[in-house]
Amino acid sequence: MVRGMRIRVLFFAALRERAGVSDLELELSEDATVGDALAALSRRFPDLGVPGPGVRCAVEREFSDASRPLVEGQELALIPPVSGG
Amino acid sequence: MRLRLTDQPLDLQAVVASVAGPDAGAVDVFIGTVRNHAKGRRVLRLEYEAYEAMVLEQFGLFAEEAQRRWPGARVAVHHRLGACQAGEPTVIVAACHAHRAEAFDACRLVVERLKADAPIWKREVYEDGSVWVGQGS
Repeated sequence: MVRGMRIRVLFFAALRERAGVSDLELELSEDATVGDALAALSRRFPDLGVPGPGVRCAVEREFSDASRPLVEGQELALIPPVSGG
Repeated sequence: MRLRLTDQPLDLQAVVASVAGPDAGAVDVFIGTVRNHAKGRRVLRLEYEAYEAMVLEQFGLFAEEAQRRWPGARVAVHHRLGACQAGEPTVIVAACHAHRAEAFDACRLVVERLKADAPIWKREVYEDGSVWVGQGS
């Protein structure tokens, strides 16, 4: 049996509204990367537009690319184009 | 407090006081405010949302970068959350240094970093609708 892990996913702004939730728990295989998490999210939310232009990811509050391996219990935030200031 | 997110009106004097000191020769301040128009539409207000924990860490990284590039610089960033009316300040960045050139440069650097990399989002609210800036919906 493949062992799994759970991570927490955070949605903000337009992505939060499209997903209809601000956060959720996602179950992934133990060796999953950020890219695998995005693929799972796009299957669950086909209209989310993730991965998509300008959407970045942060793991534990640090910008991360798709190849970064995830670890049980981590926080993955989807960061749509920012507009602070 | 030098780095802050708040749903209350920003306090310019508090921001300046958090970086000022007897060693300073200059304090440069940037104030971002709500513009009442965008792309030909009248803007009533902006509504801000943020990934707060990451924003505060990012503000700290921006300030550290400024201190590395201009040793002795001190930087403060206060940013609004929630609804801001036209004309109201939404962000204040203050940079202090012994000399004005470094204060100007440090302030500019932190403002540009904030615009590019701080996970903060604003929704523009018009008389007949609203849109998340830069996100197409």
